Amino acid sequence: MPFKSTVGDYQTVATLETFGFLPPMTQDEIYDQIAYIIAQGWSPLVEHVHPSRSMATYWSFWKLPFFGEKDLGVIVNELESCHRAYPDHHVRLVGYDAYTQSQGACFVVFEGR
Amino acid sequence: MSKKYDAGVKEYRDTYWTPDYVPLDTDLLACFKCTGQEGVPKEEVAAAVAAESSTGTWSTVWSELLTDLDFYKGRCYRIEDVPGDKESFYAFIAYPLDLFEEGSVTNVLTSLVGNVFGFKALRHLRLEDIRFPMAFIKTCPGPPNGICVERDRMNKYGRPLLGCTIKPKLGLSGKNYGRVVYECLRGGLDFTKDDENINSQPFQRWQNRFEFVAEAVELAQEETGEKKGHYLNCTAATPEEMYERAEFAKELGQPIIMHDYITGGFTANTGLSKWCRKNGMLLHIHRAMHAVIDRHPKHGIHFRVLAKCLRLSGGDQLHTGTVVGKLEGDRQTTLGFIDQLRESFIPEDRTRGNFFDQDWGSMPGVFAVASGGIHVWHMPALVAIFGDDSVLQFGGGTHGHPWGSAAGAAANRVALEACVKARNAGREIEKEGRDILLEAAKHSPELAIALETWKEIKFEFDTVDKLDVG
Repeated sequence: MPFKSTVGDYQTVATLETFGFLPPMTQDEIYDQIAYIIAQGWSPLVEHVHPSRSMATYWSFWKLPFFGEKDLGVIVNELESCHRAYPDHHVRLVGYDAYTQSQGACFVVFEGR
Repeated sequence: MSKKYDAGVKEYRDTYWTPDYVPLDTDLLACFKCTGQEGVPKEEVAAAVAAESSTGTWSTVWSELLTDLDFYKGRCYRIEDVPGDKESFYAFIAYPLDLFEEGSVTNVLTSLVGNVFGFKALRHLRLEDIRFPMAFIKTCPGPPNGICVERDRMNKYGRPLLGCTIKPKLGLSGKNYGRVVYECLRGGLDFTKDDENINSQPFQRWQNRFEFVAEAVELAQEETGEKKGHYLNCTAATPEEMYERAEFAKELGQPIIMHDYITGGFTANTGLSKWCRKNGMLLHIHRAMHAVIDRHPKHGIHFRVLAKCLRLSGGDQLHTGTVVGKLEGDRQTTLGFIDQLRESFIPEDRTRGNFFDQDWGSMPGVFAVASGGIHVWHMPALVAIFGDDSVLQFGGGTHGHPWGSAAGAAANRVALEACVKARNAGREIEKEGRDILLEAAKHSPELAIALETWKEIKFEFDTVDKLDVG
């Protein structure tokens, strides 16, 4: 069988787990995900880390988990404040589920450079 | 007053049919679908099943009188019609806890589905469900890690996990096999899997495979920055060899091994699961041979029982069928036994095939694995049916991509994440599946080509075993 010139070369990409294969989210799309986290009864929390340590289990908390917070705008502000304070860090949003002691959601919102 | 010895054959129902009995919380309850020989009354058939799966012998024996048989006997306490089926009926049987060895699923099955299946008064017999009492559950080891620990170890949150079986399933050398693992993992899968047939054959001995696979896993992890794993199949001819393989996987720093729990056997499985708990290893469970036992609607053991037994014996992931792919399983039934794997309390619900309330207490949950004949077009339905605590495995749907396994993996990962993102945003992903996938493909040539490749494939056979409904 002759080689098909339509075959593409797949280049390995470094990704940051969930949603790492999707394009960066728009502001509205981030709002949707925060709304989902809150609707599930999970606690939103913001974490950040220097890209050299992205595989570490523990990233730094930004403040504390926002227990009981229902205002989407508050969470968006916290994400942005964290990004401004650590512009070279990855910043991720976590939906913490106290019932399963796990993270129902977790994805990187700002990639550090 | 003590009883008299009365030699001869008594009707089973005199002793084992007790419709007034109220089951105890500590009783192990079972529901059998019975099809008796013509002319034998239901009560006699049901009582015979209770007797032969507990204390009974065909003839009265003197030594019965040395014990309090009423304390140890199984009792049929209820008979129900099977909707839409005139020849069969359900028999509900209660077994006292002391009939079973603590922590031994092997012992439970030997009693409940031992001799009785060959019993002449029956034409067919099927074990539909078991209610395990909490007093028994607390003696079982259960999953070595469970869903929460596995997520933490693998750093995977907020979505189903993604895997695939290495193909061709037989005949690759260790180095070539490791290459395919590497391609899949660098392309975006979380896990790859040994096919169940791969143990340690002449073309690829297990040690050689483990070494190349470990290198592939490490390399992919380094390059992608994500946690990766490969289910190293430790199923072997003897327990000694099984443990030798498990130890070597640990030595190589691998996160997960695999076992075939029906062909390997419950005793081997429980032992390996305990080893995994002790050694911090995840355990993937395959179920080869299950369809021999669970497929016929009137004979054998329903898979929900085998799934419950696995949760007790131990495993962190178990294959459950796909609902949508090439293998058997209707949606409601599958959801019913997926609940048995993952939830801590499941109420009786006949529409899902669950005959009893089942309380699992503190026992960890097991990931449901959907694998076999599925491709990227199935993704929206799979995410909707299986939810986040599942592993979706695309074999042909990964390696069959025109650009190869890495691109196939990436296509699946993009599709999966697009579906999860859409679901979280409140979209009805089964209804809007086509739009969601096509939108995602705009940013992923790999996905666009995958959608083109598998467009025409459909699997629309009717299931052989359906829930009994009128």
